[in-house]
Parts: sequence; structure tokens; C-alpha cells
Amino acid sequence: MSGNEFQIFINVLLANNFVLAMFLGLCPFLGVSGRLDTAFPMGLATTFVMVVASLCAYGLNVLLTAMHLEFLRLISYIVIIASAVQLVEMVLKKYSPGLFRALGIYLPLITTNCAVLGVALFQTSREYSLTQSLTFSLGGGMGFTLALVLMASVRERLKLSQVPGLVQGTALSLMLGGILSLSFMGFAGLGG
Amino acid sequence: MSASVTQSWDELTEGLWRQNPTFVMVLGMCPTLAVTVSGVNALAMGIATTLVLIFSCLLVSLMRNIVPGEVRIATYIVIIATFVTVVDYLIQAISLELYDALGAFIQLIVVNCIILGRAEAHASKTPPIPAMLNAVGMGAGFTLGLLSLGIVREILGAGKLFGITLFGESFQPWVVMVLPPGGFFVLGGWLLIFAWWARRKEAGGAQS
Repeated sequence: MSGNEFQIFINVLLANNFVLAMFLGLCPFLGVSGRLDTAFPMGLATTFVMVVASLCAYGLNVLLTAMHLEFLRLISYIVIIASAVQLVEMVLKKYSPGLFRALGIYLPLITTNCAVLGVALFQTSREYSLTQSLTFSLGGGMGFTLALVLMASVRERLKLSQVPGLVQGTALSLMLGGILSLSFMGFAGLGG
Repeated sequence: MSASVTQSWDELTEGLWRQNPTFVMVLGMCPTLAVTVSGVNALAMGIATTLVLIFSCLLVSLMRNIVPGEVRIATYIVIIATFVTVVDYLIQAISLELYDALGAFIQLIVVNCIILGRAEAHASKTPPIPAMLNAVGMGAGFTLGLLSLGIVREILGAGKLFGITLFGESFQPWVVMVLPPGGFFVLGGWLLIFAWWARRKEAGGAQS
């Protein structure tokens, strides 16, 4: 059983990376990845929200299934995620106001980060157990952080190099994302 | 009368071209890249999103004077989630095959930034009719964006268009185009083409 959890973790961290293979959470991936010192905390905050949301979603799913209210799943997940984001926002505001300002609009936008809702939906549809769900969300969050940090490092370097004016902006980020995604395909098969 | 017609036309075409959600605003990237493996998937996703967009914008616009400012985002999200659930069950009833192909991305329409963005930036400030027209335009623009990706990726990656084989036996599919990296590359390519076009137009305007 422990091998199984490890498989899920490696799989979602590398082979099925949320951003680069499953296209979840692209908005912050393209938006916040300009600088390394905001990308890393953003990744951590998202990971934290993911784990909390996954935990709550698991409990909620048990409750909803017991009461035969499956059609309320989507709505209740969203409400849970919004509350978790609110929690992170309050904690950050209290303990790290600088970071809070740096993340700006992207912090409340974690609510509409599809990766977070994706974790909750996938763990439900794949019928993961509690420990499996936690590993899945932790791995997913770390994979998200990894992708964000890699992208930010490349983009910081690119600022110093000469790029044709036409390519600058979103097109360049997308091409970079494509190349990163291509290299992550090398992990295919890891973790089954 | 003609002024109001022009205005309605403006509302409708805003999303189609000038503020195209995919190419100009670069919103709603996740479904755009994830489901555009084939033309059919892209079309279905576009229609589903458009439906949710229209009904959510209508309801948000009708409720714009009732909802207090502090809880508006939460209200919008619940409204959107309700319509997504409806569309989710609808697709499941119409075509199970399509439902499996789109997978979790139907439910993920909830977190599509286009819908929340439109509800917040437009529908919450306009009367129902223009809000709906705008939503129709935005939805059509989004569908157009999805289609232009889906068609290119299907032709290059599978040699097919809407499931019909285009080339002969000897066609060697460019498989990477239907894999995740292809999504990034094709969208990047489209954006490059538009940037080049805009620059050419600008240069032409400066000369004349």
C-alpha cells in the first residue's frame, strides 16, 4: 500500500505534472512566473490551499455521498476552497505583509485556480482513500511549485537576453511552457 | 433607434474580435489547451462554456441591485457552479462519449476566469439584454479560439478534421501536436501570427 502512495506522489509530481501535462493552473503559471521571489511563495501558498482543500473535500464527499446529495459536490467544493484561500490570505497578511502585497491580486485568484478544484475533483472521481488524497494533493502542489519555479528562473534569464520584439510577452511564455512540457514528457511512465 | 442597434452590435462583437478572450485577453487557458485535441472536443467545450456564460451573466445582471458588494464574488461563484452542474448533467445525458472525452474539464468550467471576469466586469453593471448579448459574443469568441486550436492540432497531430481522415495512408502524424506540448506551441504560434499582423497593420497605418 505504501508503494502505491509513493507512486501517486511521483506520478503527479513529475509524469503527470498539473501544469505541464494536465493544463491545470495555467493562469498563475503565466501570470506570476515573472520573478523567482514571488513564484516560490505563490507555489507554497497554492500547495497549502490544495492540501487543506483536499482534506475538506474528502470529508465533505463522504458526507454528501451518505446523504445522496452528489449534485451539490461542485458547489460545496468551491465554497470550501474559497474559505481556505481566505484563511491563507489572513495568515499571510498578519505574518508577512510584504509578501501579501507582492502577490497582490493573484492571492484571491487561487480560488479560481483550476489546479485546486482539479485536485478535489480528481481525487473524488478516482476514489482515493484519505492518505492517497493527501499524497495526491501534496505531490500536485509541489509539482505546481516546481513548474512555477522552473518557469520563473528561465524567464529571469530571458530578461537579460535579446529577444525579437514580436515574440515578447505571452507568446514567448507559451513557447517556453511548451519546451518545459516537452522535457517533462521524458518522465512519462514514472510512477505508473 | 439606429444608435441602440449599433450599441447592441458593439456588445455582440466585442468578444468576437476586439476583446477575444483567447487571443487578446488570454483568459481561460486551462480548457483552451487541455481539451483542444480535436475539433469536436473543442466545439463541445466552447458550446458548454457559452451556455454557462450566457445564463450566469443573465442571472448576475438581474440580481445586480440585490447582491451586497461584500459577498458578490461568492454569489457569482455559486451561480456559476449551479449552471455548470446543469450543463454537466446535460452533456452526460446527451453523449456519454463526449462526457468521457472532456472529463473533469466540464466541471472545471466553474473556475474558468472568463466567466467570473465577465460577471464581475460587465454583467454586474449592465441591464440583462446587453449583458446577454455580450455573453453570447464572448462565448462565440471563446469557441472560435478553441476551434482554431483544435482544428490545427487535429490536422497536424492526427491528419483528421472532425474525425474525417484528410490525407492518404502515407501521412505521418505529427504526434507531439496532440500531446500537451503541442497545445502550448500552437497557441504560441497563433499569438505570434496575430502580433505580426497587428504590427504590419500599425506600420501600414503609419505610412499612409
